Amino acid sequence: MLVSRVFLDFSLLLNKTQAFKSVSRNRRRFIHLSTNWLADRRFTDKHEWIEVDGKVGTIGISHYAQEALGDVVYAQLPDPNTKVKQKDECGALESVKAASEIFSPVSGEIIAKNIEVEETPSLINSSCYEKGWLFKVELSDTAEVTKLMTEDQYKEFLRTNEEQQ
Amino acid sequence: MLGKRLISSKFINRFFSSKPSLGEKTGLYDFHVKNGGKIVNFGGFALPVQYSDQSIAASHVHTRTNASIFDVSHMLQTEIKGNKCTEYLESICTADLKALPSNSSTLTVFTNENGGILDDLIVTKITEEEFYVVSNAAMKQQDQQIMTEALKDFKTRNTNTDIELKFYQPKERGLIALQGPKAITALQRLTDANLSELYFMTSTIGKIGNVERCRITRCGYTGEDGFEISMPTQRQVELTELLLEQEDVKMAGLGARDSLRLEAGLCLYGSDIDQTTTPVEAALTWLVAKSRRQAADFPGANVILEHIKTGCGRKRVGITSHSGPPARHGSKILDENQKELGEVTSGCPGPSLGKNVAMGYVSTENSKVGTKVLLKIRDKLYEGVVTKMPFVPSRYYVKAKSNK
Repeated sequence: MLVSRVFLDFSLLLNKTQAFKSVSRNRRRFIHLSTNWLADRRFTDKHEWIEVDGKVGTIGISHYAQEALGDVVYAQLPDPNTKVKQKDECGALESVKAASEIFSPVSGEIIAKNIEVEETPSLINSSCYEKGWLFKVELSDTAEVTKLMTEDQYKEFLRTNEEQQ
Repeated sequence: MLGKRLISSKFINRFFSSKPSLGEKTGLYDFHVKNGGKIVNFGGFALPVQYSDQSIAASHVHTRTNASIFDVSHMLQTEIKGNKCTEYLESICTADLKALPSNSSTLTVFTNENGGILDDLIVTKITEEEFYVVSNAAMKQQDQQIMTEALKDFKTRNTNTDIELKFYQPKERGLIALQGPKAITALQRLTDANLSELYFMTSTIGKIGNVERCRITRCGYTGEDGFEISMPTQRQVELTELLLEQEDVKMAGLGARDSLRLEAGLCLYGSDIDQTTTPVEAALTWLVAKSRRQAADFPGANVILEHIKTGCGRKRVGITSHSGPPARHGSKILDENQKELGEVTSGCPGPSLGKNVAMGYVSTENSKVGTKVLLKIRDKLYEGVVTKMPFVPSRYYVKAKSNK
């Protein structure tokens, strides 16, 4: 009973981060990619990213997250006009092996969702920082963003997680 | 204190060449890593969930159209030898092993006194005095205990038996599954065994490449034709490399294994069946052999026979849904009036079907194929329908039936 829940554990993986441990390969890819990353993108410990322009934040999942999840086959995104608080569960992504909840990195009101991603969820895998964005929030407290991890901090966070495994 | 801890952790790291939480390694561990396997801890074993050359969905489809190799060395392989071992093994399972021909295999279950399933396993009868059993890795400890205690018990009743059990560790014997429609061509090129005469659920010993005495059983966990091959662990890399060199053969991981078995309607122990489900509830009544029903001599026979006779409250069914997210373990199944019928025990998007597949338990009166249900996923309701399993047609290599 205990052990055979392993496939279930897959579904928890993005929130627990320790489920996937393939790792040296990931890390290399990260360093490689990092040259293209925008300096102002912030990350959560649940592997969402947010980019803020004025009062509007655009949210997606990180490269690490999309790789851990594998081919996304279904995206359930929050509808516009929904109010969210920071860390609220507001959607989910499904791959063959797992379901992963999406948590809002910030508080505010949803003002848009990426309909193209709903129609073509694989955009999350092929372009997680651009075409694969998930939704936009009008922030109610911009200070929340500054408490999220910078790119460097997030990389360090991933590295520490890997080492603990 | 700090210094001491650093030294000891370094020592530990050097002692166990990988991170300890990764799990026990199989004979193919280094091979997996070298070939791009994404290693996860699966029930205490370090095994690849997928390979970097393919997504899980692509690997799944590759298995259904070509052939894939799975490392299943984590499973418990047991050898049972001695006189009366048919009788002994029957004392803990529901199969008719007396009627099982030599070199044939059968799926069966260990049951408890309440009729619950303790594990599902493949038993191969080599001769009347020799059996080969493959059971679940997750239930390794329990299964060894069941077999050991049952043997003690059997020996007190049968003083003249010389049955011996041998539990193989992954470092002694490896096990790989070669699955898919092209498995036959790949393997036949390499072995002296005549595979055209090796039908589904039969077993033989053969030489593969230069590896003598491999046990080749035509079975699997994908719904496709294929083989499970048991060999000494020190030859496992050599044999796997040889198979992988064959045209159209790729490595596959646990991710594809799970979606393949689900589409094939095959149970995962611990998710779809466990000690609280009887074979009748699990829609596995066919595993309770007729002769065994008459003899009623297996653990939990009274409960199971009662279920067979008068029915039971719930039943395992297949459910498909065309739109919406896949229902996973724990999703509630409701009727059209939103009355709860039961729960999904496993589910995923079916990569070869283009729709979501799941299995779960519903009340028996709602278990008929075609029954419309609602699946509750993250507080939203999606339409599903009770569907016959397997979801994809099985393609086992069975002997053509003679004309009636």
